[in-house]
This record gives sequence, structure tokens and C-alpha cells, in this order.
Amino acid sequence: MVSARVDDVPEVAIEVTDLTKRFGDVVAVRGVSLRVPHGIVFGLVGPNGAGKSTTVKMLTTLTPPTSGSARVAGFDVRRSPVEVRRRIGYVPQMQSADPDLTGFENLLVYARLYALPRANRRRKILDALHLMDLGDVRDRLVRHYSGGMVRRLEIAQSLLNEPRVLFMDEPTIGLDPLARHMVWERIKHLRAGLGTAIFMTTHYMDEAAELCDRVAFMSEGKIAGEESPSDIEARYGTGMMLDDLFIRYTGGNMLVEERAAAP
Amino acid sequence: MNTIEAVYTQITAITDAEIQKLVHDPIELLTRVIQPVLWLMMFGEVFARVRGIPTGSIPYESFLVPGVLAQSALFIAIFFGISAIWERDLGILYKYMMSPAPREALVLGKALAAGVRGLTQAVMVYIIGLLIGVGLRVTVPAVLGMAVMIVLGSAVFCTFSLIIACIVKTRERFMGIGQVLTMPLFFASSAIYPISLMPSWLHVLAMINPLTYQVDALRLFMLPGYQTSFGLGTDIAVQVGVFAVLLAIAARMYPLILS
Ligand SMILES: Nc1ncnc2c1ncn2[C@@H]1O[C@H](COP(=O)(O)OP(=O)(O)O)[C@@H](O)[C@H]1O
Ligand SMILES: [Mg+2]
Repeated sequence: MVSARVDDVPEVAIEVTDLTKRFGDVVAVRGVSLRVPHGIVFGLVGPNGAGKSTTVKMLTTLTPPTSGSARVAGFDVRRSPVEVRRRIGYVPQMQSADPDLTGFENLLVYARLYALPRANRRRKILDALHLMDLGDVRDRLVRHYSGGMVRRLEIAQSLLNEPRVLFMDEPTIGLDPLARHMVWERIKHLRAGLGTAIFMTTHYMDEAAELCDRVAFMSEGKIAGEESPSDIEARYGTGMMLDDLFIRYTGGNMLVEERAAAP
Repeated sequence: MNTIEAVYTQITAITDAEIQKLVHDPIELLTRVIQPVLWLMMFGEVFARVRGIPTGSIPYESFLVPGVLAQSALFIAIFFGISAIWERDLGILYKYMMSPAPREALVLGKALAAGVRGLTQAVMVYIIGLLIGVGLRVTVPAVLGMAVMIVLGSAVFCTFSLIIACIVKTRERFMGIGQVLTMPLFFASSAIYPISLMPSWLHVLAMINPLTYQVDALRLFMLPGYQTSFGLGTDIAVQVGVFAVLLAIAARMYPLILS
């Protein structure tokens, strides 16, 4: 057997141990532990207010954990936040593109904040825009983009530094069905071509089923369970869907029982 | 890319974004010309006629021009605090903070952008000054000196404004406090009258106000025959010192605007 070299890329993209976040009296995240290997799409699913965005903000160094630890792309989020930032991409839940700049200019700001070498900056920006199908509108002000275009621009932006781990917080929230499918297509495309880990949150079960290799259910700040969407039917019987598990894990189990009772 | 080059790239990323916005929407700059025009043509004309303000060998109309320029650059720089709150609300600042760029670079980028905007005001004030027949120095060294002083002063007040934004966090509160701070900054300075005229309490305020030193240096570079009150060295040292302290504070506080 070949032994693993110590200086290899860490085999886990994200390793979270007992992560907790309090805001005054509110405990938004309560002792969450997770392991996300490289090369998969991991979904953190749960209802609004479950603590998903807060978890992502801690993992992306935007907000410090109250207690617990997290390593992302091989670095501790608390001790080496800048090292983590260099290696991750982040698409926040809230829109974040600058409406008063063009798509290209938006990306240029980030290419420069990430200090990408001047020589291939332009190339990388154009590649990212093409990958997200925005090549034709790159010189248009973002204030004239549709919601779906802004989302794709933000994904393009998060790819500029070739992240090891890409975070997407509710990537299709507020989009119409057509725009959603377009974003899904792009995310699948990324997954096929990239080898990075994607950590996404969503409260849409169809989205989790469509995109995620593995999902963790979050409810009231805790992880209630983990599943792989592809083998749910094998494990729970035909007709069992992610929605049912969502309900079982995150509140009441009425639907699961109803279905079991049906002839 | 070495560290210095990287930091330069990060600073100018922010500055250039602001410049691009001006290029997309230059109308806003034109609206900014109204205030200095009013001050110079109305206030200046009247007070020059009164001849109540002793400005030595310099006519009052001339004395006022650098003060009005500093004022309009000040108002623009103070606006950066509210624009940071706006960018926070739009989600833009979250992404800036998520980049590996040092916070100092993010603040410096804004400070320089305030300087660039201040320079556009300088162009307009020179044009007005020449139109109303004020004698201004237009030699290359004088204009360069003026430009450096505009950038320096704008950087000071922009950074100050970012700190206020990190403390008050909402647009409404910033509007309130912005008014309360900007007016005293302006009146407790040498912008529209020599500080020798002031009652002693106001004099003390003016002496600790960086605007006083900026205006003193601006008069030196803009007005033929002006004698500086403090000396150019002091004018620059005070502003650089204040800026260094404000930059250190703002860089530490910048992430607080997010919460
Ligand atoms: N900055 C904050 N201050 C106080 N409470 C917060 C803050 N951010 C989130 N919360 C609270 O933490 C809980 C989890 O929120 P969030 O992580 O946004 O959930 P989700 O993304 O799953 O909808 C909610 O009850 C929310 O009100
Ligand atoms: Mg959320």
C-alpha cells in the first residue's frame, strides 16, 4: 500500500468540530460538527432561521465562532483567516455585485483584491464570464442585469482565485424557475470541471436533490442528520424523497408516517 | 507578485472602482459645483464689500477661494462614510472583507478615491476663480502642491468618515451626525476667516482641526504673496500624523460596519 504523503493536499476540504455561535441570547449554531471531503457538492439544508448562513459566515471567516473549531482548505478559520480567504470562494445569500459597475469591472475589482498577476487577469476574468454565460453582457452595468445574471456574475466572481472550496449560500433564492435552472446548469458544469468542494446551503429540497452528493439537515442550530440523495430510496424504500426526510429531520414526522400508512 | 506590488494592486482596485463610477455617471460631479459657486459668488462678494475681515495684503475674494475648495473637498470626503454604509447594505463590503486584501488597503483605496474626487472639485474651483477674476498661482509646482494637499486632506476626512460609519452603522444616524460634525469642522477652521479673529475657545478648536492646516497649505500654493501661518512643514506633518492615526483606527474598525 502506498502511504499518504504528509504534504499532500488535505483530503478533507472542511472539518468542523463543535462549532457554536451566539448572538447575545440567541444561539444561532449549536455544536455543529461536519466533514466535507474534496470533490463533492455538500448541501446544508434546513428551514429559514436554522443557522445555515451563520455557519457559512463562520467557515468563510466573516464572523468568528463563539466556540469550537473549523478548518477550511487546510487552515484554521480563527488562526489563519487570510490563508483561508485566499483558498475559498463565497457567493453570499444577499446580492453583492456593484450595480454601478459593469460585469467586467466588478470582476476586475476582485481579481485585483486577490492580487492575481496582471498578465493573466483579463484572460481569467473573460474565462469566468464565459463559463457563466455572461460574455455578451460583460460591458453592461450590473444595474441592468436580471436577478439570475447577477447570481451568475457572483459565481463567476467567486471562481477568479480558483478556490479549493466554494461556498454558495442559497444560490437560487428569489430567482424565477428559468433562471434557477440556468444557475443549476452552471453549478453542475463547475462540478464536472473543477475538482473543488462546493458547500452550499438551500431550503429547496429539489435543489438539494438535483445538485448535492451529500446533504446535512440543519434545524434550530443543530445537525439533525446526514444523507446521500442518490441512495435514499434504497435505504428508505421506493417513493421516499428528500422532502420527507427534510420534514422528519427538521420538524414533525407526519408526512413520513402518512406515507407509510397509505396502502 | 511581491507584497508591495500586491498591496498597491489592492489599494488601486478600490480607487479605480470609484473612478469608473464617476466615468459612468459624471453628472453627479457637475451638481457638486453649485455649492462652491454660491460661496464664492455670493458670500465672497458680499464679505469682500464689507471689508470687515482682515486678510492682510490678500483681497478677501482670493482668501476665500482655497477655503471654499477645502470645504467642497471636505463635504465630498465626509460622504464616503454614508457610501460605505450603502455598500454594506448592497452586500459589496462583505465581499471586499472576504478577500485576502488587508483592511488598510481597503481603507486607503477609499481615501485615495476621495482625493480624486477632491481634485475634480479643484479643477472647477480654479475655473470659477479665474472667471471671477481672482489671481491664482498656476505654475506647475504650485498646482502640484495644491493637488497633494487636496488628496491628503480628503484622505484624512474620508478615513474619519469611515470610522464614524463603523460606529453609527445606519444611514439615518450618519446623516444626523454628519451634519453635526461637518459644520463645526468647517466653521472652526481658517477656511472663511483668519483664526486670529476667533474667540479663544474657537481658536483652540481651530488649532486642533486638520482642516486649518490643509487650508493654510492650500493658500500657500494657490495665492500669490500668501504667508503661511504655521509653515508648510507643520501643515503637512499635522495632516500626515492625523491620517496615520485615523488609518490605523479605521482599518481595525472597518469589519464592524458589517455587524
Ligand atoms: N447578526 C445577527 N445578530 C443576531 N441574530 C442573528 C444574527 N444573524 C443571525 N441571527 C439569528 O440566528 C439565527 C440563524 O440565522 P441564519 O444563520 O441566518 O439562518 P438561515 O441562514 O438558516 O436562515 C436566526 O434566529 C437569526 O435571527
Ligand atoms: Mg440564510
